Amino acid sequence: MRTSAFPAWIAHRGRWIALMTFVLVIGGAWTAVSAVPASSMTGGRVPSPREGFLAPDFTVERSDGGSWGLSEVRGDGVILNFWASWCPPCRAEMPALERVHNDLAEDGIQVVALNVTRQDSESAAMAFAAELGLSLPIGLDRTGEIERLYQVRALPTTFFIDAEGVIRTVVIGGPMREAVLRAEAEALLEGPSP
Amino acid sequence: MMPVLQLGPLAIQLPGLLLLLGVWIGSLTLDGEAARRGLSADRLSKLVFFSLIFGLVSARLGYVLRYASAYAADPLGVISLSPQTLSATEGVVGAVLFAWIYGRRAGLPLWPTLDALTPMFAVFAVFFALAHFASGDAFGAPTDVPWGIELWGAARHPSQIYELIAASAILGAALWLRSRSLLPGVMFLLWVSFTTGARLVLEAWRGDSTIIFGGLRLAQVASLMILLAALAGLHILARAYLAPTGPGKEDPLTG
Repeated sequence: MRTSAFPAWIAHRGRWIALMTFVLVIGGAWTAVSAVPASSMTGGRVPSPREGFLAPDFTVERSDGGSWGLSEVRGDGVILNFWASWCPPCRAEMPALERVHNDLAEDGIQVVALNVTRQDSESAAMAFAAELGLSLPIGLDRTGEIERLYQVRALPTTFFIDAEGVIRTVVIGGPMREAVLRAEAEALLEGPSP
Repeated sequence: MMPVLQLGPLAIQLPGLLLLLGVWIGSLTLDGEAARRGLSADRLSKLVFFSLIFGLVSARLGYVLRYASAYAADPLGVISLSPQTLSATEGVVGAVLFAWIYGRRAGLPLWPTLDALTPMFAVFAVFFALAHFASGDAFGAPTDVPWGIELWGAARHPSQIYELIAASAILGAALWLRSRSLLPGVMFLLWVSFTTGARLVLEAWRGDSTIIFGGLRLAQVASLMILLAALAGLHILARAYLAPTGPGKEDPLTG
C-alpha cells in the first residue's frame, strides 16, 4: 500500500524527534539571523504615499488665496481628499467631508479638498464649491505635482494622516459613507497605531 | 504595481478582484475533492460559502463596534462596500468559528474535510500573492541585490515575487499530493508545514514585519510554532494509524 511509507517514517519516534529538533534549530537560527531592530522597519519615516509611511510633504495654493502646507499642521489629523468637479463620486462625498470638517476641526481634524486642477477647470471647481457653500480649505494642484507625489490613480482618493504625519488609511474610490469618514477620523484622534 | 485597473469610466480595484478570483477558482476544486474523500460536495460548498459570508459580516461588525459612535450617526454606513472598514481578525475568527460549528452539525469529519479544502487554500495563496503584487502590500526590505525593485521610496526585495514563487510551488505539491492516497489529515498538515516553512524563510526579506521582543519578526516566531505543531500532528496521526489497537484499527482511508 502506498500509504505505508510515510506514516511509518514519521511515526518512528527517533526520526520524528530528530526532525523536530532540526526544524527548531534551523528555524530558530534563521529567525535569530533575520532579527532586526524595530526601528529598521521603514514605516513612519520614509515618505511614500502608502499606509504606514510618512505622508509626503507639500504646500498647495488655496482657492481663497493663501497656502496650505502639510508640515504646518503636524499635530493634527489630516483627511486629504483628491477630487475633481467632473467626478460624480467626488461630488457625492463632498457634503460629508464638509460636515466632518465643521464638526471635527476643533478636535484636531483638518479636512483638505485637493482639486486636481490639471484635470479639471478652476472655474468649474469653484462653481461647485460655491454651489455647496464649502468652507473647508480647497487646494488647487495646478501642475499635478501633488497628484504625482501621492500616485493618485483614481478619483476620488482619500488619505487619512495621523498627528505624526503617518498615513493610516488610503481609500481609493468613493463615495465614502459619512460613517467611514467619521470612524477613520476617530482612529486618527486615538493617536498612533499600536 | 497596479492597484486600480481603469476600464473606461470603471476603476476596478485589482487586488480585491484577484482575491475574489482566487476564491472562485479555488472553489472549483471542491467537487472533485469531496468525491475523492467521500464527502457531500453540497455540504462542503455550503461550508465554504457561508463561512465566507459569516467572515465578512464579522469583519464589518468588528469594525463598526470599534467606531460605534460614528456609525450611530449614519447607520446605513454599516452596509457600505468599503473594504477598508473590515476588521481582519474578527473576520477570520468569525469564519473559522462558523466553519467549525457548521462542519460539526453537517456531520463533516474534521480531517477529510480539511484535506478536501487544502487545494482551495493552495490556489487562494497564489492569488493572495498576486493581490500583494498588484497593491504593493507585503513589500520587501530595502536591498542592494541586482533584482531589487523600486517601490515605496526605496530599492526593495521583490517580496511579492518570492511569495508568488513559493505559493506556486506549494500549489504544485498540493496538486501532486492529492492523487496519492494519504492518511486523513496528512494532506492538510503537509500544506500547513510547507506554507509556514516558506513564510518562516521569506519573512526575512520583508520590509513591513511586525517586530516583537525587541527584534524578532512575529510572523517567523508564529510560523515556526505552527510548523512544529503540524509536524507533531503528523506524528500523532501516523502513530494512531499504525498502532495495533485504538482509532487506527479501522482503516481511516475508507472509514
